[in-house]
Amino acid sequence: MRTLLASLLSLACARSSFALVQAASPVPNIFKSESTPADSIHRLSVFVLIITGLIFLVVFSLLAYAVVKFRNRPSPDNLEPPQVYGSNQIELAWTVIPVLIVLVLFFATARVIQSVQDAVPPANAVRVTAIGHQFWWEFRYPALGIVTANELHVPVSDRDRPTPTYVTLLSADTDHSFWVPQLAGKTDLIPNRINSIWIDPHSTGMYVGQCAQYCGVQHAKMLLRVYVDSPDQFRAWVDAQKRPAQTSEAVAAGRRIFESTACVNCHAVTGTIANGRFGPDLTHLASRDTIASGAAANNHENLKLWIRDPDAIKPGSLMPAMNLTDRDLESVTAYLESLK
Amino acid sequence: MSTIATTPASIESQWSLPYKGHVGMLCLIGAESAIFTIFVVAYIYYIGKSLSGPTPREVLELPIFASICLLSSSATIHLAVGALRKASYGSFRLWWFLTLVLGSIFLFETGREWHHLIYDKGLTISTNLFGSTYYSLVGLHAFHVTVGIFGLITILLLALFRKVQQQHAPNVDTFAMYWHFVDTVWVVVFTVVYIIGR
Amino acid sequence: MSSESIALTGVHEPSRPLGNVLHSWITTVDHKRIGILYILYALLMLVIGGIEATIIRIQLIVPHNNFVSPEFFNQMFTMHGTTMIFFVVMPMLFGFGNYLVPLMIGARDMAFPRLNAFSFWLTAFGGLLLYFSFIGGNGLYGTGAAPDVGWWAYSPLTSKAFSPGHNTEFWTLSLLVSGFGSIGTAVNFIATILCLRCPGMTLGKMPLLPWLNLVTAGMVLFAISPLTAAQILLCLDRFLGAHFFDTQAGGSAVLWMHFFWIFGHPEVYILVLPAFAFISEIVPVFSRKPIFGYPIMVAASVGIGFVSFSVWAHHMFTIGMNSYANGFFALTSMVVGIPTGIKIFNWLGTMWGGKLLFKTPMLFCIGFLFQFLMAGLTGIMLAAAPFNWQLNNSYFVVAHFHYVIVGGILFAIFGAFYYWFPKMSGRLYNETLGKLHFWLLIIGFHLTFDFMHIPGILGMPRRIYTYEPGRGWEIWNLIVTIGVFFQIAAIIVFAANLVYSIFKGKLAGNDPWDAWTLEWSVPSPPPEYNFATIPVVNSRRPLWDIKHPEDPDWQYE
Repeated sequence: MRTLLASLLSLACARSSFALVQAASPVPNIFKSESTPADSIHRLSVFVLIITGLIFLVVFSLLAYAVVKFRNRPSPDNLEPPQVYGSNQIELAWTVIPVLIVLVLFFATARVIQSVQDAVPPANAVRVTAIGHQFWWEFRYPALGIVTANELHVPVSDRDRPTPTYVTLLSADTDHSFWVPQLAGKTDLIPNRINSIWIDPHSTGMYVGQCAQYCGVQHAKMLLRVYVDSPDQFRAWVDAQKRPAQTSEAVAAGRRIFESTACVNCHAVTGTIANGRFGPDLTHLASRDTIASGAAANNHENLKLWIRDPDAIKPGSLMPAMNLTDRDLESVTAYLESLK
Repeated sequence: MSTIATTPASIESQWSLPYKGHVGMLCLIGAESAIFTIFVVAYIYYIGKSLSGPTPREVLELPIFASICLLSSSATIHLAVGALRKASYGSFRLWWFLTLVLGSIFLFETGREWHHLIYDKGLTISTNLFGSTYYSLVGLHAFHVTVGIFGLITILLLALFRKVQQQHAPNVDTFAMYWHFVDTVWVVVFTVVYIIGR
Repeated sequence: MSSESIALTGVHEPSRPLGNVLHSWITTVDHKRIGILYILYALLMLVIGGIEATIIRIQLIVPHNNFVSPEFFNQMFTMHGTTMIFFVVMPMLFGFGNYLVPLMIGARDMAFPRLNAFSFWLTAFGGLLLYFSFIGGNGLYGTGAAPDVGWWAYSPLTSKAFSPGHNTEFWTLSLLVSGFGSIGTAVNFIATILCLRCPGMTLGKMPLLPWLNLVTAGMVLFAISPLTAAQILLCLDRFLGAHFFDTQAGGSAVLWMHFFWIFGHPEVYILVLPAFAFISEIVPVFSRKPIFGYPIMVAASVGIGFVSFSVWAHHMFTIGMNSYANGFFALTSMVVGIPTGIKIFNWLGTMWGGKLLFKTPMLFCIGFLFQFLMAGLTGIMLAAAPFNWQLNNSYFVVAHFHYVIVGGILFAIFGAFYYWFPKMSGRLYNETLGKLHFWLLIIGFHLTFDFMHIPGILGMPRRIYTYEPGRGWEIWNLIVTIGVFFQIAAIIVFAANLVYSIFKGKLAGNDPWDAWTLEWSVPSPPPEYNFATIPVVNSRRPLWDIKHPEDPDWQYE
């Protein structure tokens, strides 16, 4: 348990021991929208903020004025002020004006609801199925035959000839929510229900988000990354992901251990006997920047630590400690690092 | 039944507010209606959605006899309260006792139906969605009938000991409102479970 | 127009043994004592809920902090929410209502005094049951664990598969028990207000506090019951293997959401309407004018009561309802802001042209007005469904509702404390300490809850025990946590003032504020029977009529 002082000191040099790859994650600011759904929401938000801001200024000023102007100044006669019971005209006015404001706001809102929710996917849309798990994301590209986890790759979308990505949202266990603020509003993943969301990112880059519906003990570390690739990058990524797992004699020992212990109960590696679906697909684990759904950078130390003691990185996650000997642990880690 | 304390008679004669017993019971009935509404909504929502197991059509038979008993008990309790208002204590006790008998028959019949469903048809609350919604809705109603039976017995015992007098008619009437509510709910439950749901 | 009271407080009673005193309080059916019991219980729970909040904020002061484990953090936010809503604000408001409504309508007690006591003890026991989970949460031989499913307890997280152990059951059962207490209280309020008003007090001549409590009680009957029903269904799932919320068997997680929020949204209006009642009683007295637009205030209150039942799915904008449903709930959620906004204007109209006295109750009311205005406007933002798709489940929402509950309701409650403390205790509180409490609280409140909006806008979800560095959230979380310590200081000052004034405060007399409603016509504290003779009233401000016989209210109403 850290003391409060230690916490404050550590703020001055806050470095997570699971330091992520890039120097600083981008800030997932909803007002730095980079995709049409987020842009539409951004525009509507500004409109709503202007109107509510004006209302605030007017009423605040009247309140402040009243507090100053009508302050009681002690006087010898100490009479009560004029006893006013109401005013029909004033009360009518301040009923009608809010009704008009609500109508305006509602119509602006309804337009955006429709444009985002009822958008029809074009034929060239990339289709992804996202399945929420406690506490990681499964991503399948059915048309491309790809299964991956936690890091979503999508092509950048040209404004004139858009190539959006439509994501179907399902859940394998509890409720989750897919939220990448710069790309779209959030939509929940609910078991026994099919939801969907679409994005058409306008600039390449990596966008962060995380699960936004409390789903259990490690909800906080069910992080999300969306990699928006150029068309070439995306094609290259798809080709690499479609290939079955790399094989190499150098890591045969690790592969043997992997395939003969409980690992295969939960994990799949295409082209091998490992076919478990409870945990993330590891076929191209080494192509990912992070492990444990973003909780740690994908490097040798973290990978070893994750296999040896997952609770050190993500206490309460559903990955069990594998209880391997040090030598076996090294072999398995080397094998996983070969899965590019 | 007077609710106002000591004030000059001229003012009091013009100032009369509703009887708090009736108001209180109406509030309780309102709250209970909201609870039943949720159970009914759940029932209707899950019609046809069971993934497996017995369906309503396969296992439910219309509980006509039980329903006639329960609904007639509304008539008998109404007659009982009327008798009490006229201070016909003998009539009151008789109609009250009949109400108790009819309500008990309803409960007994529900028990028989459940025994049949569980042991002969294999339908329990955990069998499927139909089982869950059926037993919960019919069970919630039966629970309210049971509470009503306890109330009926209590008042019957008080009546047998000659403690229930004409001036208690509004109090007994307040209880009768609860009993009428229970009967009305049965009309809704019957319609939803045995007519719409099948 | 007579309203006399015979002062009996001069009689000196021999002091009784402590055991007798405690026994009389435990077995009391006097609405005033029950009211005080509710208030004291709520104050105790406020401290406990505040400790839970402090733990949350210390954990979040820096990213990747290790102050508490994830499991414990999740219990903390669940318990904090559940405690504050069900065992602090509701009992506090029921307590004030219990104390004041019979006095304000010229009655001797509530319609059903024993039901009143029973309702209190049910609520108190419910709270005890909730906190017993810390000991019994994992059964007889396990360790303790409080509920950790969030105060909305979404399914299927609450099913046995995902929440083994008994902590969820403690959540369910404690709220079931206290829910029956709430329904009992509501029945009592309605029967009292409709059936026990003194002669002359038609509903149109009833002060706004009983009016708002009447509407609130009506809402309780129809809002708490759906929650009760949903919890019974959850119990059936967990104890008897039913499948209401079992998605593996075809059950629906969304059904729980609908049932919960049909309770949950009216619930927040149940919390706020009695707070409106306090403002509506205090602001006129300290502006020296009657409430501006009484009929519209009543109509708006009733309107809010009804419309609030049509907005519930604005908590569910992100679950994938179709665009028509989203549009409907966006519209109703904006519409409910209209009567609410009208009330702010009417309070402003009451102050306008008056002679404002800035005693502590009025300071809290003015704080309420500014803060509730802001809270209502962030509410309008959240009602715009697409904006909600970004802001829902983020710290923006947390900031919004704390703005309402702390900046609005709690400020109104403190205003009520200081306003009616003289009536309840017979003594005046210390004005300097009262003002110190106000300023400390307002500084702490704004440090915490103004800046809390920003992490929400920057993408920080709620209910996370830690967060990633580098997302721009660190500085805001630090400021938010610092504000907590000002609020703690404010509560300490308040408690000190309370204790000191009960023993050493100056005697208050019947009517220290020169006010106009019936409770100020009886001694402080009132005798057990309230009124020596039941009053007869002719207007909404019977004491104004007595004090100003040349210019009574009934000539103008």
